[in-house]
Amino acid sequence: MAAVELEGLARHYGEREALWGVSLSLQRGQTLVVLGPNGAGKTTLLRILAALLRPHAGEVRVLDRRLPEESWQVRGEVGLLAHEPMLYRSLTAEENLRFHARLHGVQEQRVAELLAELSLSERAHEPLRTLSRGMVQRVAIARTVLHEPELLLLDEPYANLDPGALDLVDPLIGPGSGRTRVMCSHDPAGALREADVVLGLREGRVAVQGTPAEVSAEELEDLYR
Amino acid sequence: MSAQRESQVAAAQRESQVAAAQRESQVAGASREGELSLGAGAPAGALRAGEGTPAPTVPLRRAVGALLRKELLVELRTLESVPGMSLFALSTFVVFHFALNRNSVEGDLATGVLWVTLLFASLLGVNRLFVADAEEGGVDGFLLAPVDRSAMLIAKELTLLCYLVVLELVAVPAFALLLSVPMAHALPDLLLVLALADVGVAVVGTLVAALAVQTRARDLLGPLLGLPLLVPIVIGAARATSPLLVAGHAGTPAARWLAMLALYDLIFGLIAYAVFDFLLED
Amino acid sequence: MYGRGLRALSISTVVAVVAALTLVFFYAPLEAEQGFLQKIFYLHVPLAIIALCGFVVGGLFAIGYLRTRDQRWDFRSYVVIHMSLIFALATLITGSIWAKGSWGHWWVWSEPTLVSFLIVFLLYATYQPLRFSIEDPERQARYASVFAVTAGAFVPANFIAVRLATEFLHPRVLGSTSNLPGSMALTFLVSLVAWALLFVTLCKYELTAKHTRFQLRALRRRLSGEQARDTPPRRSAAPQHPAGTAKLGARVADGGAST
Repeated sequence: MAAVELEGLARHYGEREALWGVSLSLQRGQTLVVLGPNGAGKTTLLRILAALLRPHAGEVRVLDRRLPEESWQVRGEVGLLAHEPMLYRSLTAEENLRFHARLHGVQEQRVAELLAELSLSERAHEPLRTLSRGMVQRVAIARTVLHEPELLLLDEPYANLDPGALDLVDPLIGPGSGRTRVMCSHDPAGALREADVVLGLREGRVAVQGTPAEVSAEELEDLYR
Repeated sequence: MSAQRESQVAAAQRESQVAAAQRESQVAGASREGELSLGAGAPAGALRAGEGTPAPTVPLRRAVGALLRKELLVELRTLESVPGMSLFALSTFVVFHFALNRNSVEGDLATGVLWVTLLFASLLGVNRLFVADAEEGGVDGFLLAPVDRSAMLIAKELTLLCYLVVLELVAVPAFALLLSVPMAHALPDLLLVLALADVGVAVVGTLVAALAVQTRARDLLGPLLGLPLLVPIVIGAARATSPLLVAGHAGTPAARWLAMLALYDLIFGLIAYAVFDFLLED
Repeated sequence: MYGRGLRALSISTVVAVVAALTLVFFYAPLEAEQGFLQKIFYLHVPLAIIALCGFVVGGLFAIGYLRTRDQRWDFRSYVVIHMSLIFALATLITGSIWAKGSWGHWWVWSEPTLVSFLIVFLLYATYQPLRFSIEDPERQARYASVFAVTAGAFVPANFIAVRLATEFLHPRVLGSTSNLPGSMALTFLVSLVAWALLFVTLCKYELTAKHTRFQLRALRRRLSGEQARDTPPRRSAAPQHPAGTAKLGARVADGGAST
């Protein structure tokens, strides 16, 4: 059973195509890295997989559920780490995570566990706006994995992290987590290292697609020219 | 390298199986409450074509509770809405004193001053209702949860209702004091009218706030959309209050106006419930 | 698609309007109290009824959009509400003229229909600004539909509320529409049909004209090979992307690619 199956996915924004003709298949435990310049459609793709946006054409199956008909079942199985951290700056890390725990029906002791795993326990009781961007990103990561999702959707997860934190987050969202991951990135070299499938988007269309063996670094860098 | 990866994957899978089993037992316990919320989801589901039967993992009551707690916590920390609304009301009473050139008001005049002030103070709160969520990505965070979308509607309505109650706790005594309005005898009736009107303002205000927050001119469109929709509430509340703010022999509010308020609250509550989901999704 | 039957509709509208005006000026009796000015009743009341029905129908079309996500429903909803707003404005103006003529004031609070119309007009006047201020076309359609449904339900509720609030002691200035003598009733009915036909015809014209313009623009864009993102579309309150133009454009593009 594939984790993600797309067939001719399309979504438009008025008369402009945000995504067009995207087809791929991703097995459980695999990592898909999506590359492309800003506005290429990476975020749109992620949001469709998260069941936040409807596809306008094509077939979308996430964790063997059809979207948008079965989007209900997908919620709670998917974790999205987006550009906005989806956290309230005036609340503390602990309050934010407790809130999300309640919304997902997750037991509250998991919050304390995650905070400890990410070395956030000391600053967990201060409002988020007093924390550094790196720490806020860690809290956002905690929020993403709080409910043990089967599929991780990560939009440039390492962007704001402090260098030392990479080891902390790897068992949660990195290759060491063993989860199925769809990751947006601007790093072609890293993509070739981590990915099982690579997808390069340009202006909403697929420019490059394949396993790291089939795709070359030049092709990926060409996306950005 | 790949063998190590495989064992890591296996370990992670075992972990997630344990977690899933844990959650299943939680869900079994909550499923009774979940059945109640399935019924609640049905009317909105009739309007939504092609989404199938909602099967929320988290029951409605608990979701609303979590959201309400968060709302009130944020408001307590930031104090963005309630103090502003209350101060605005107090200042408006002062303005009315000068604008009307009177030291005391009663009857229709008092009713007018009270309801106009409460209405415009409420609009301040309405304007800010969804702003924090829109700016900090809170709506997405909610949409990702396996929760009935109406939970946000109900939680926001309750939040606005709380704001209005606090506003009135400040504004109504201030009103009686600053403009020497006789209301001691009619207080229970007045509270009833206030309660019914508050529910209406909360329902309409939440819907209007959700509509306006995604637009570019949200501070302007909120009141523009809200005021006509609130006119029937003003009609009912004002007509009901008028006989109460009279010195000496205060009358009772005519049942007709109370019924009208209650009916309007109900109709708009149902409409808001049916259409709100469409404002959240994409 | 939209242009079918337009000619027949236009002709019958002209016929009906001429018939109505003939009846109004030559057949309907002069009313004792208000004299000639009373004849504005045959314009004012039908306009009011049609505008109100139009607003409610706009809400129904909006429900259609929300259920099917077919852009055409939103298109119809927009045009109907737009036209009803114009008819509502006409109602207010004719009502005001009538009030001035028979009561001496340009505005009367004791006429519940007029007051309700003012409120409804103020509400629907925000429809286009609301649409205009949302850039994403799909979200614009969705939010506009939610508004149309809410406002459509509000219209009858508002009428009842204002009716209750208006003093029953004051005689209604503009007269009641029940208990009309035969000749007046006939004239009224014909007028109602005539103005209703006018409403439908104007709506159809607007739908057809807009639709044709979109198709033309989409075709022109595809044929010139221009990408949509090069020239960002002008922001507009009107729906921009009725279903059909996308498929048309795609077919042209594929046809171009295969050669």
